[in-house]
Amino acid sequence: MAIPLSWWLTVAAALFAIGLYGVLSRRNAIGVLLGIELMLNAANINLVAFWRFITPQALTGQVFAIFVIGIAAAEAAAGLAIIISAYRRRRTVVVDELDTMRW
Amino acid sequence: MLHSIWLVIAAPLAGVLLNGLLGRHLGRAFVGLVGVGSVGVSFVVGALALIELGALPAAERSIGVGMWDWITIGSLQVGMTLRADALSLWMVLVVSGVSLLIHLYSVGYMGHEDERMFARFFAYLNLFVASMLLLVLADNYLLLYAGWELVGVCSYLLIGFWFHKGDEEQAPVVLVDGSQVAVPPNLNPPDSGKKAFIVTRFGDFGFALGVFLIWSTFGTLNFTDVFAAAPQVPTATITAITLLLFMGAIGKSAQLPLSVWLPDAMAGPTPVSALIHAATMVTAGVYMVARNHVLYDLAPTSSLVVAIVGAVTALYAATIALVQVDLKRVLAYSTISQLGYMFLAVGVGAYAAGMFHLTTHAFFKALLFLAAGSVMHALHDVIDIRRMGGLRRKMPVTWLTFLVGALALAGFPLTAGFFSKDEILLKAFEFSPWLWAVGLLTALVTALYTFRALIVAFWGQPRDWPLYEKAHESPPIMTAPLAILAILALLGGLLGLPIVFGVPNWLSEWLAPIFAAHAPAEKHMLSVTTEWLLLGISAAVALVGIALAYWLYAQRGDITARLTVTLRPIFVLLINKYYLDDIYNAVFARGGQRLAALLAQGLDKAAIDGIVDGGARLFVRGGAWLTQFEDGHIPHYALGMFVGALVLVAYLVLR
Amino acid sequence: MRPQLPTLDLVPLYPLLVVTGWAVLVLLADLFVQHKRALGYLALTGVIVAAVVTVALWPGVPTSFQNMAISDGQALFFNLVFLVTGALGLLVAIEYLERKDLQRGEYYALLMFSLAGMIAMAAAEDLLIVFLGLEMMSVALYVLSGSNQRDMSSIEAAMKYFILGSFASAFFLYGIALTYAAAGSTNLAQIGSWLSGRGIPKDPVALTGLSLLLVGFGFKVALVPFHWWTPDVYQGAPTSVTAFMSVGAKAAGFATLTRVLYSAFSPTFTTDWVTVAAVLAAVTMTFGNLAALVQRDVKRLLGYSSIAHAGYVLVGIAAASPVGVRGMLFYILAYAFMTAGAFAVACAVERREQSTTTLADYAGLAQRSPLLAAAMLLFMLSLIGIPPLIGFWSKLFVFRAAVEANLAWLAVLGVLNSALSAYYYAGVVVQMYLREPGRSPAEEVAFRPWRSALAVAVFLAAAATVVLGLWPGAVVNLLMGV
Repeated sequence: MAIPLSWWLTVAAALFAIGLYGVLSRRNAIGVLLGIELMLNAANINLVAFWRFITPQALTGQVFAIFVIGIAAAEAAAGLAIIISAYRRRRTVVVDELDTMRW
Repeated sequence: MLHSIWLVIAAPLAGVLLNGLLGRHLGRAFVGLVGVGSVGVSFVVGALALIELGALPAAERSIGVGMWDWITIGSLQVGMTLRADALSLWMVLVVSGVSLLIHLYSVGYMGHEDERMFARFFAYLNLFVASMLLLVLADNYLLLYAGWELVGVCSYLLIGFWFHKGDEEQAPVVLVDGSQVAVPPNLNPPDSGKKAFIVTRFGDFGFALGVFLIWSTFGTLNFTDVFAAAPQVPTATITAITLLLFMGAIGKSAQLPLSVWLPDAMAGPTPVSALIHAATMVTAGVYMVARNHVLYDLAPTSSLVVAIVGAVTALYAATIALVQVDLKRVLAYSTISQLGYMFLAVGVGAYAAGMFHLTTHAFFKALLFLAAGSVMHALHDVIDIRRMGGLRRKMPVTWLTFLVGALALAGFPLTAGFFSKDEILLKAFEFSPWLWAVGLLTALVTALYTFRALIVAFWGQPRDWPLYEKAHESPPIMTAPLAILAILALLGGLLGLPIVFGVPNWLSEWLAPIFAAHAPAEKHMLSVTTEWLLLGISAAVALVGIALAYWLYAQRGDITARLTVTLRPIFVLLINKYYLDDIYNAVFARGGQRLAALLAQGLDKAAIDGIVDGGARLFVRGGAWLTQFEDGHIPHYALGMFVGALVLVAYLVLR
Repeated sequence: MRPQLPTLDLVPLYPLLVVTGWAVLVLLADLFVQHKRALGYLALTGVIVAAVVTVALWPGVPTSFQNMAISDGQALFFNLVFLVTGALGLLVAIEYLERKDLQRGEYYALLMFSLAGMIAMAAAEDLLIVFLGLEMMSVALYVLSGSNQRDMSSIEAAMKYFILGSFASAFFLYGIALTYAAAGSTNLAQIGSWLSGRGIPKDPVALTGLSLLLVGFGFKVALVPFHWWTPDVYQGAPTSVTAFMSVGAKAAGFATLTRVLYSAFSPTFTTDWVTVAAVLAAVTMTFGNLAALVQRDVKRLLGYSSIAHAGYVLVGIAAASPVGVRGMLFYILAYAFMTAGAFAVACAVERREQSTTTLADYAGLAQRSPLLAAAMLLFMLSLIGIPPLIGFWSKLFVFRAAVEANLAWLAVLGVLNSALSAYYYAGVVVQMYLREPGRSPAEEVAFRPWRSALAVAVFLAAAATVVLGLWPGAVVNLLMGV
C-alpha cells in the first residue's frame, strides 16, 4: 500500500512511451515487435494497478491482464513466424525494406 | 392492358436477357427478331393501354399500377409502382414507337457486325428502352432516378460501342482566299462515352440532391403526395428543389453549360444517335420538368431560369450547326437547339406545347439521323458533307425522306415541326416578346443550317466521284422505317393544330387533365389576329430561311465563300464551338493541374489512364498528392497513426 | 464447502462454438484428408450449420455467459453478415488456391478461426471479449495474409498488417485500461450506467480511453488516419484473403464500435464522439475516394474504395440514432456483397503467375467473359450507388439518418463523394467494355456457375446485389426487429 497509484501509472506510461519509441525508431522487425510487447505490458500494469486501487473486490483487471499475456504470446508467435518467412524470402528483417507496395 | 402496363418494361427486359445470355449463339435473325419483337410488344401494349385510358372519364385517367412494395421505412413508403396517365402513356407510345422503327432499321444498319457484337448491340438497346420506359412510367422520384441513371449507363456503353475506333481528324476548311481553318477532330468513341459520363455526372449530382431535398421536405417521394403537399411548402424550398432537379435536366438534355457531351456522343452508332441522343433519352429532362410542373408552377424563378437557359441554348447551338462539316454533328447541334425550344416551352408554362414539340421532334430528328445513317451506310462511314453532293440521284428514298425531315425541322408550313414550334413561339410571346424574338431568330438560323446541310449533301454535283460511284440506296429494312417516320414528320402536326384553325388541339386536350389540374386556367391574352399574325411570321421566317439557304448554298456559292472570308473571326468562333470545350479544358484540366502542381511541388506520377479528363483532373491530382504519403514504409505508417491518436486525444480531452 | 460453479449459459455463444469447433475439426481433418479441396467444402458446411444456428436463435436471446456475451438482433445480424462473407470467402478460396497451387488445410481452419473471432466481437458485452475476439480474428488474418509464401508481396502484406495491427492493439488495450479506470468495470452496460450515473462529465480519463479505443477500431475498419495499412495489405494479400478480410474485419470492427459507443459511452459522451465520428467520416470518405482516383491496380483501388465506404458506414454511426444504426447495418450487408463480389471477380481475372490485377488486365473483359464482366458491372454500379441496386439503398439510408441527426452537411458531402467515386468505378467499366483485350488476355476461369466454386460466389453476390436492391424490404423488416 505504500506505493500510490500515480507511481504505477507513471511507470506504465513511461513503459508505453518507450515501447512506442521503439516501434517508431527500430528498423529491425524484432525490435519493433519488442516495442509492441512493451506497450502491451504497459497496459497490463495499468490493468493490474487499477484492479488493486479501484475494484479490489472484483478480479476483472487481474483476469484481464492474464488474458492479455496469453493473447500477446499468441500474437508474438504468429508475428515471429511472419518475420521468419520474410527473412527466408528476402534475407532481411528490416521493416523499411518492405516497401514494394505503395501509393 | 392498363393494369398490365409493366409488360412494356418487362418485354424489352426479356429481350435483354435472351440476347445478352444466348444471343451470340443464336444467330442474327433470331437476335433481330427478339430485339424488334420485344419492343413491338411494348408498343402494342402501350397503344392498347392508351386507348383504354382514353375510354375512361378524364378525371380518372391516372392509374397507379403497384407491382410490389419497394421500401417502407418509417413514414416513407415507396412502391415499385408505375403510373399510367395521359402524360406517361403518351411518352410510352412515342418512345416505344420510335424505338420500334429504329430497332428495325438497326437490323439492317448493324448487319455488318459480327454476331457477338450484333447481339450485344441489341441487348444494350433493349436495356435502354426498358430503362427509358421505367423513367417515364415511374410513380415516384426513386424510380425516376433509377431510370434516369440506367438510361445514362446504356448511353455511355452505346456511345463507346465501337471502342476500337480512334480519334477522327477533320480536314481543315479551305477558304477562297487560300487560308485554312482547322476543324477540331472528332473524339474517339470510348473517350466520348467517358466525356458524356463525366459531364452528366455534374447534373446528376444536383438531381440526386434534389430528390434528397424532396424527401427531407415532404417525407415522401411519391409524385401525387409531393404535388398535393407542395403548395404548403415555402417557395424558397420549392425553388431550390426545382433548380436542383433542373441541374439533372441540363446534364441529361445537354443544355448550357453542360451541352458539350452531346456532339461527341455522335461517335456512337447512328441508330443510337437517333434513338438515345435525339428522340428519347435527351428529352428526359423535358419530360422531368413537365412531370414536375406542379413544382415549377410554384417556383416562378426556376421556371424563368428554365426558359432562359432553353432560349439561349437554342440560339447558341443553332449558330454552331451553321458551320459544322460533319452531317451527324449538324444534327447533334440541332438537337441541342431543339431541346432548348422544349425547355423554353416548359419554362414559360406551356407544358403541352413542350410535349408536342418533343413528339414531333422525336419523329423528324429520328428520321434525319436515320437518313444520315443511310448515307453513311452507302458511303462506307463517310460523314463529312464536303465529300458528298448530288446524292439525291443515287439514293432517292433517303433523299426524299431527308427532305421531309429537313422541312419539318425548318418549320416549313403545315409540317409537324411547323405546328409544334409555332405553338412554343406563341406561348413564348405571351410570356415575353424577348424570348419570342430569340426563338424566332433561332427558327431562321434553323431553316438556314438545315437546308445548308441538305443542299451540300444531296444537291449539286458530287465532290468525291469515287465515293459517289460506290454509293447505293439502302436495303428496304432501313428505308421502310424512314418512310414511316417521314409520314409521321409530315402529318404529326395534326396532333396539335393551332386553336385559331378552329379545330381541337388533340394533344393539348389529351394532356389537359395532367397540366390543367394544377395550373392556373389557360388565359388567352392574345387576340385571334395576333395569333394569325404570329403564325404568319413563323411561316415567313421558315420560308425565308429555306430560300436564303438555297440562294446561299445552291445558287450563289461564290457569295457564301467570300462572306466566309469576310466574317472569318465569327466562322472560326463557330467552328470551334465558341471554344466551350477549350475553356473547360483550360479551367478544369490545366487550372487543376497548376493547382495540384502547387500542392505537390512538381509531383508527377499521375500519368493516369482511365476515366480522367477535364474536371476530374483536379481531383486526380489531389488524389496523387494525398497518396504520396502512402509510401509503403511501416515506420511512417506507425508515425501517422500515432499522430492521429495524439490529435484524437488532444481534441477529445482538451475541447 | 464445495465451491459453487457459476452457471454458464452458453446459448448466445452457440454460433461461436459451432464455428470454433468446426475450425478444430478442419484442422484435425487436415491430418487425414489428402484432397485439401474437400476441407474447403467441410469448412463451408460448418459455416452453413452456424448460419442455421444463428437463424434459429432469431430474434435474439438475453445477455448471459456471466453478462459477457449477448446475442441480440444486432449480433445475430452481424453473424449472418460474417457467415455470408465466410461462405463467399471459402467458395472463392477453394478455386483460387487450387489455381495458385496454395491448397492447404490450415487456410480453411484459419479462416474459420478468424470468423469465430468476428462472431465473438459482435456478441461481446465485455471489453475482455471484445479484445479476445479482436485478437482471434486479427492474428488469423495476419497469417492468412501471408499464406502465399512464394509471393513477396503477400509476405510484405502480412508483415505490415501484423506490425501495424499489433501497434493498434496496444493503443486499444491502453484505452481499455483507462476506460476500466474511469468506470471500474469492463462490462459495457456497467460502464455505460456508471459513466452516466456517477461519472464525471468531461472526465479526461474516460475521454482518453475513448480516444484510444477509437484508434483501435479506426485501424480495424480503416478510418483515416489509421488506414495506412489498408491499400498495401489488400493489394499484397492473396486475393481470396482480401475478399474475405475486406468485409469481415471491417464489419466486425463496426459491430463492436457501435456497441462500445452506444452502450458504454452514451449518453454522457454522445456529443463528444458524434463530432469525432462525423469528422472522421467526412475525412475518411473524401480521402478514400480521392486516393482511389489515381489507382491502376484494381485490388488497391478497391482497397481505397473500402476506406471510402468505411466513411459512409461511419456516417450512420455518427447519426447516433436507431435509424442510423439500421442504416449502418444495411450498409454493411450491402458492402459485403458488393465488395466480396468485386474481389471475387478480381480472383477470376488474376493470372496464375500474378499476385494482383491491374486495370489493363480488365481490358476487353466483356469480350472474353461477358458474364464475369456483367457481374463486375453490377458491383461497380452498386458501389457507385445507382438504383435499383443494393448500394443505392445503403447510401440512402445512412445519408437520410445523417440529415435527421442535423448532419445535413455530412449527407451532402456524402452525395458529392458518391458522385466523385463514380469516376474510378467507371474506369473499371470502361476497361471492361470500351477497350480491346490486351495482347495477352488474362486467363479467367471459365464462368460456368454450375462448374466453378468461384463462379458460384460471383453469381451469388451479383444476385444479392440485384435482388436485395429490388426487394430491400426483406432486409429492412429484419432490421426493424433489431
